[in-house]
Amino acid sequence: MLRVVNGVSFVAERGQVTALLGANGAGKTTTIECAQGLQKRNGGSISLLGQDPGRAGADLRSRVGVMLQDGGLPPSARPIPLLRHIAGMYARPRSVDELVERLGIDTFARTTVRRLSGGQKQRLALAAALIGNPEVLFLDEPSAGLDPQSRQLVFELISELRATGMGIILTTHLMDDAQRLADYVYIIDAGRNVAEGTVPQLLQRDPAVEAGADHIRTLVFEAPPGLDFTGVLPQAIAVSETRAGSYVAMGALTPHDLASLTAWWAAHDVMPGSMSLAARSLEDVFLDISGKDIR
Amino acid sequence: MTAPAASATQGAPATLLRRVLLQGRYESLTMLRNGEQLILAVVLPLLVLVGLTVTPFLDGFGASRINVAVPGILALCAMSTAFTGQGIATGFDRRYGVLRFLSTTPLGREGLIAGKVLAVLAVLCLQVAVVTLVALPLGWQPPASGWLPGLLLLALGAVAFTALGLLVAGTVRPEATLAITNLLWILLGALGGIVIPAGRLPAVAQQVVHYLPSGALGEAMREAFLHGSLNSGAALILLLWTVLAGAAAIRWFKWN
Repeated sequence: MLRVVNGVSFVAERGQVTALLGANGAGKTTTIECAQGLQKRNGGSISLLGQDPGRAGADLRSRVGVMLQDGGLPPSARPIPLLRHIAGMYARPRSVDELVERLGIDTFARTTVRRLSGGQKQRLALAAALIGNPEVLFLDEPSAGLDPQSRQLVFELISELRATGMGIILTTHLMDDAQRLADYVYIIDAGRNVAEGTVPQLLQRDPAVEAGADHIRTLVFEAPPGLDFTGVLPQAIAVSETRAGSYVAMGALTPHDLASLTAWWAAHDVMPGSMSLAARSLEDVFLDISGKDIR
Repeated sequence: MTAPAASATQGAPATLLRRVLLQGRYESLTMLRNGEQLILAVVLPLLVLVGLTVTPFLDGFGASRINVAVPGILALCAMSTAFTGQGIATGFDRRYGVLRFLSTTPLGREGLIAGKVLAVLAVLCLQVAVVTLVALPLGWQPPASGWLPGLLLLALGAVAFTALGLLVAGTVRPEATLAITNLLWILLGALGGIVIPAGRLPAVAQQVVHYLPSGALGEAMREAFLHGSLNSGAALILLLWTVLAGAAAIRWFKWN
């Protein structure tokens, strides 16, 4: 027996976006496919709208919308007839025309699924998941392959659907997705839950924050390679050259520290190619928790 | 624009009958729009029919070559659509996740399979009509009493071949499904007793073909359309293949 997932548990509420966040291969898809009834589980329990999805009938399936990671749409189909066909499986589907317009599907209505771009396929798959007017929506890696405009469109729609009371469960390996969309995040690593909370809660898990230094910032800048910043910033703030000419300073940076750094640049006639300052991100939290190893 | 508002009445499935009928219609139209499938389902059987009427392969089995050929061609049509055509389509649907997606909709796995069987039977009806329209002017004279047992066994044969096609499509990669179902179509078509009666095959083959779905269906169709009778032995063999292949498909079919 293969144990891909062993010790994941999550609760998703109506009117909320719940994210399962983890690296590729962490067990996110396996987890939600069990919740969708697509995979048989060897143990544990799942309750979806009060029923066991492993034994669900058409009634439960009609209340749950699913967008699969690979789309799952027939390559030879054209978008609108396909949506009409799927709509026919429901007693009270949403209006196909409305979804088509909302998701911009009319712009590629004449194209077969096989010739659609990644983003167009994702939008069509989202429409297919929504056509039955579900109470629960599963999205497996919803922003994969989306261009920035499509991503904006899809994210806006997800937020609006949440406001109508839909319970939305999404998996993602993109911290940015979780940070922008999720009300509650479960971080999954190697088939287990390793952390959970709202995004602000997760961001505060830092040991330095708990110690009272609540101004953790990350400063990234590009400058000529091989510069030595020893003594420019306090010892607690590590400056490292992550690759040639790209520097990262992380810690409880103060305005005074920034002034020292820019003064040093002025004294040595260094003009950075770029610089950005950011508060601690979910990505930092994720890397802290699950380690930086590639697996 | 706002999000389409959730209506007060939430999701509910259409009736089972409607879901299966819709899927059956959708899959039949998909088959009929696919050029390769049409060649396999209509063009090749008609070419074989013409070939058999201008060569002496079938001489001595009935009053005329065409009377012996047409029942076997109808059996070949069932194998084309149910086994090769439907097997390949299902194999690729499985690869692209179509089976998984549809099984999350109210259609479900059972509805999907019922829809496929329905689509096979619908396409087979069209094939029977085309073959009949071509064969009658060529001098085909089926006994009126042959239609009932003939069509019944043709449907049973189609169900048996559907189960076999699903078994292959659900257990190996789609490329392998393509190779296996095409190769078997040729082998069973030539040597499986489907269009050429067992009596004309090598002695070794004669013993085996009666137990193959191809041989049983070919024999049953000739029995019906040459003598107007129902070959119950062949019917039993087709039923056995349906049950065995169906059970194996239920046991081993992989949805992803």
